[in-house]
Order: sequence, then structure tokens, then C-alpha cells
Amino acid sequence: MSDEKNLAGLERPVVLEVRTRQRGWSVLTKATLPLLLLVGWTLLAKSSAIPPLTLPSPWGTLLELRAMWSTQHLASNLMASLTRASLGLFFGAGIGFAMGVAAGLTTIGEELFDGTLQTLRAIPFIALIPLFILWFGIGETPKIMVVALASYFPMYLNTASGVRNVDRKVVEAAKTFGVRRLDLLRQVIFPLALPQLLTGLSLSMVVSILALVAGEQISSQSGIGYLLTQSQAYQRNYEVFGCIVLYALMGLGAAGIVKVLERLFLKWRRGVAVR
Amino acid sequence: MTTPNEYDVVAQNLSKSFGGRRVLNSIDLTLRRGEFVALVGASGSGKTTLLRMLGGLSAPDEGDVFVPARRTFVFQEPRLVQSSRVWRNVVLGLKGESNVRDVAYAMLDEVGLQGHEQDWPATLSGGEAQRVAIARALVRRPQLLLLDEPFGALDALTRLSMHALLDRLCSVYHPTTLLVTHDVDEALYLADRILVLRDGAIAHELVVDDAHPRSVGRGSPHLRNRLLAHLGVSDDEPATAEETD
Repeated sequence: MSDEKNLAGLERPVVLEVRTRQRGWSVLTKATLPLLLLVGWTLLAKSSAIPPLTLPSPWGTLLELRAMWSTQHLASNLMASLTRASLGLFFGAGIGFAMGVAAGLTTIGEELFDGTLQTLRAIPFIALIPLFILWFGIGETPKIMVVALASYFPMYLNTASGVRNVDRKVVEAAKTFGVRRLDLLRQVIFPLALPQLLTGLSLSMVVSILALVAGEQISSQSGIGYLLTQSQAYQRNYEVFGCIVLYALMGLGAAGIVKVLERLFLKWRRGVAVR
Repeated sequence: MTTPNEYDVVAQNLSKSFGGRRVLNSIDLTLRRGEFVALVGASGSGKTTLLRMLGGLSAPDEGDVFVPARRTFVFQEPRLVQSSRVWRNVVLGLKGESNVRDVAYAMLDEVGLQGHEQDWPATLSGGEAQRVAIARALVRRPQLLLLDEPFGALDALTRLSMHALLDRLCSVYHPTTLLVTHDVDEALYLADRILVLRDGAIAHELVVDDAHPRSVGRGSPHLRNRLLAHLGVSDDEPATAEETD
């Protein structure tokens, strides 16, 4: 056979293979947008078109936060906010998780409350704040309740569907080997549902901070929301920006916690993402 | 006008390593137009890697691949889109057909799935789902059909009827076909030429020139034994003579 073959009509296939990106490039790509936003914010703040009171610069905001640390007792206010958020999240996401498991695992659970909860979900939690104040006073209870209510639904929905979508064949196989009840939940169902459980937790955390902002702005004596309301009332724009940055940092922290949990518990899923 | 090309696959000097292990070692492979070639070999001999490179699913470290533009794949699992009905799966991604529905129904009829057009993939048996996968591959009238152990997950009886079906469809559509398999009888029943892959190289080549359709289990026992010997699973002495039919 000759080496020269007629290749007319043939082509080199375009390779669909996924190429792995170098780590350095990956980090740089992730940093691009935040850096651009920061640069844009700085340029806007520095330009003479916008007065510094309307838009403080990033550096100015940072200095303001340092000043607030002593003048506004930032540490204790931050603590008050974090306590409310964690308590609300603990109850809301906890109950959401438990009921999600019940609805995802059992037909009776699903029939009993899934439909009702799906309907109740349509009520915006912010609309309930005045009612909660009426019922529970102006103390800590209504604020924690609002956070709990807001963080309940993401956790419930994701737990229910995560548990429901666990591969029944694997569950069946585990059952034939005598894995039952709590062992089945612990060894098979929860680990396999975990990606969606973490999605639920992540959404719950984000929404709990959202609820916190709303809850703390009404009749509060402490917390970041209280500071925000005060700063707005006295038109101290630097402080408003400082509070907003604090809320953003709390959201970032929540996302970071979920990332860490994913790294710890989802080792088996790494490297299988379809791009 | 150029003369029609007599080859549909020309692969030269292909090499591929995974994590330092050389899976394919400077392989040359040519398939003539309309030829049915089976690629056999033990697990890890690189047969799937070679097939994936022909289909553009994987890039060779070295070497060159030339294949026709119209090429389709059947995998070991059906890989149907579970959220689409059977007939929509058949015409998945198909462009330029005016009446895709009729095309899909006709193709499903040909693979023996009339009445299942509106079914969901999850309701099909393994053999039925693989028939859909074959229909999906053939409805595009491929010049090159790449089969990666397509019947490996099926039960023995279903596999036999699938062999007959594929044999009949190939005699109708005449695609150039490369079948990766570990089933010696499957290769002997379907292929015109059998290549034995060992240690990343084509170790042997056997030509099967019986006419199609062949009868099950009535192929030459001599050929079968030789093939098994090349694969290292026979009591006979390994054949020493060079196979250059």
C-alpha cells in the first residue's frame, strides 16, 4: 500500500475534548470582574461629576468602617446581627431540612404538607414583618422569626427534591445488603443528596441576610440594620456605604462556608462537571 | 473532478498516553469505504481510545486522523435525553430535514420500534433503548459509523437479535463501520475484517470473507480459535504464522 492516500472528502475531526485550564489563569479570570468593578467604583468616586458625599470611594468606605468600629460600637452590633442570622437560620433551615426529608422520602409527608407549603411560599416574608411585631413585640423574637421563615423555604425545597432524586436503584441495592433506616439515610441518601442540600443551605444563608436587613430596620436598638437606618436618617452616606459593605461581606462569608463544606464533603464529585 | 476516495478512515502514527501510560503506540489504521471492521482486544488495550479519536471525542498526542464529515456514534449505554420522547431523541440535533417527525418515525420503524415513537426513554427496555440509539446514529445517513461496545450491556438473547438487526441495517445503508467489542462471536458475525489490539498496537488482522447474513454459530471454528488464541484465551498453541489474508 502506498503511503500517499487520497484524502479527498475527509477531514480532521474537531476535538470535543475538555481542556483543563492552568490554575494561574483560572485565578486571574476569577479576579478580573471584581477588580474591574473596584476600579470602576474608584474612578466614578474620584470623578468631579459626582460629589464624594453621594458616592464615597472604596478607600473612603474602608476608613469610615474603621472609624465606625469605635464610634458606633461596630463589634457589638455585628455580633447582634450575626446572632439573629444564625439563630434564625438554625431554626428555619433546620425545620426546612427535617420537613424536606419527610416530604422527599415518604409519600405521606409529601401528600400531607408539600402542596400547602408550596402555596405558602408565595407569601413574601417582608409582608409579615408588621404582623410579627404585632404578635411578638419589638424584641428579638420577631427578627429571628423573619429570618427563620425566609431561610426555611430554600432549605425545604432543595432537601425535598434532593432526597427525592437520589438514585432509587442504589437505594434498592443498599437495602438488599441490609442497610436500613438511619444507616440508609446516613450512608446513602444524605451523601448522594448533599450537592442539592448544600445548594439549599447556600440559598438559605443568603436569604437570611436579606431577611435580616428587612427585620432590623424596624424598631431595632442594635445590629447592622439599625446602624443603616440611623445613618440614613442622619444622611451619613459614608456610614450607609459601610453598612452595605458589611452586609456584602456577610454574604461572602456565607458563600465561603458552603464552599468549604463542598470541598470537605463532595470530594467524590470533583472533576465530573460537564462543560 | 477528483476520483472518489476509496478510504473513509485514514489514521497515521496515532499515539496517546494517559498519566504516563502509553495506551496507543504509533497506530496506523485505514478503513475502505463501506467496510465493516471490528476492533477486539482485552480491557485497557486502547480500543475505545482509538474509536474516540476517530470520532473527535479525544485528541491524539501525536499523529493524524482523517474521517468523513458525516460520522455518528453509538455508545455502550444508550445515552438518550431522558426528557425528550423517543422520536425526538432520534432526530436530536438533526438539521435540514423538512419533516423530522416522519423521518424519525420511518427510522424507528426500521429498527423495529413502531408504536414506541411517543414513549419516554425511561420506559424502554435496555434493548429497545439501544435500538433508539442505533436509529439516532443511522438517521443521519453516516459515512462512518462508530460503535463502542454497543451491545455490551445487553442480555445474550437480545444481543443476538441486535446483531441481526445491525447486519441488516448495514447492508441497507452501507456505512463504513468500526465496531469496538470484546465479543469474539459478535466480531465474527458482523465484520469483514477483525483487528486485534494488544499493548497499544494492532497485533493481528483477520479477514472474514463469508457472505452476509451469516448464520449464528456456523462460522469457521478455525477462525474463531485463531482469534481467541490471539486474545490469549485458548488452549491451542498461539498461532505463529503471520496473518496476511
